[in-house]
Amino acid sequence: MPEKGLNPLPLLPVTKNGLTTFLNQKSIREMNNYELMVIFTPVLSEDEFKAAQKKYADLVTENGGEVLHSNPWGLKSLAYPIDKKTTGLYWVMEYKAPSSFNEKLKIQLLRDESQMRHMYTALDKYAVDYNAKKRSGGKFTNEKTPA
Amino acid sequence: MAKNEIKYLTAIKQEKRPKKYCRFKKMGIHYIDYKDAEFLKKFINEQGKLLPRRITGNSLKFQRKVGDAVKKARQMAILPYVTDLLK
Repeated sequence: MPEKGLNPLPLLPVTKNGLTTFLNQKSIREMNNYELMVIFTPVLSEDEFKAAQKKYADLVTENGGEVLHSNPWGLKSLAYPIDKKTTGLYWVMEYKAPSSFNEKLKIQLLRDESQMRHMYTALDKYAVDYNAKKRSGGKFTNEKTPA
Repeated sequence: MAKNEIKYLTAIKQEKRPKKYCRFKKMGIHYIDYKDAEFLKKFINEQGKLLPRRITGNSLKFQRKVGDAVKKARQMAILPYVTDLLK
């Protein structure tokens, strides 16, 4: 007889690649904080750049996520050439999503020909704090006194 | 003969270097942002290589985080992989 309170959430069947596994609701509902950074090709126009941002932001909300902040850096020179290009359009988005979402996002990003590079990072609580402070306080320096 | 030559019976005390410290621990920084290139440049040399803990004085925990942040920045072309005269 199972102990009370050990597994209070019912198991739900999840079918993936023909295999059915049972997950408790918590692991499905659990949302994590992530940050996505994409470098789009510099040939995109202003509107195309905005449309691409919106596309991925919508993708997050469609999959039960939530966009916390979107920050287009705009055109920035790259530290080294990517695809024979020396500049790129940077875009950073902070979002909250279930952990299964990132795989879907990756597929969409890899199919997209307008992006040169992307990276998503899991944020811990300190990172979330840091980003929030940076946003609210305008210019938030990492260090109190510049060395 | 060198009469005014000074000889010491005991070795002269050399100047003591100030002790190195981990700036993250001291300042209470928990998160190292990979997007902040100017900050990360403090931990790499002119060729864009990571500086050792011996020089930066970071604790192991934060040296690892610095390393991770620098590597992420390199992937996203914020910092170069190899270069000359970075600073």
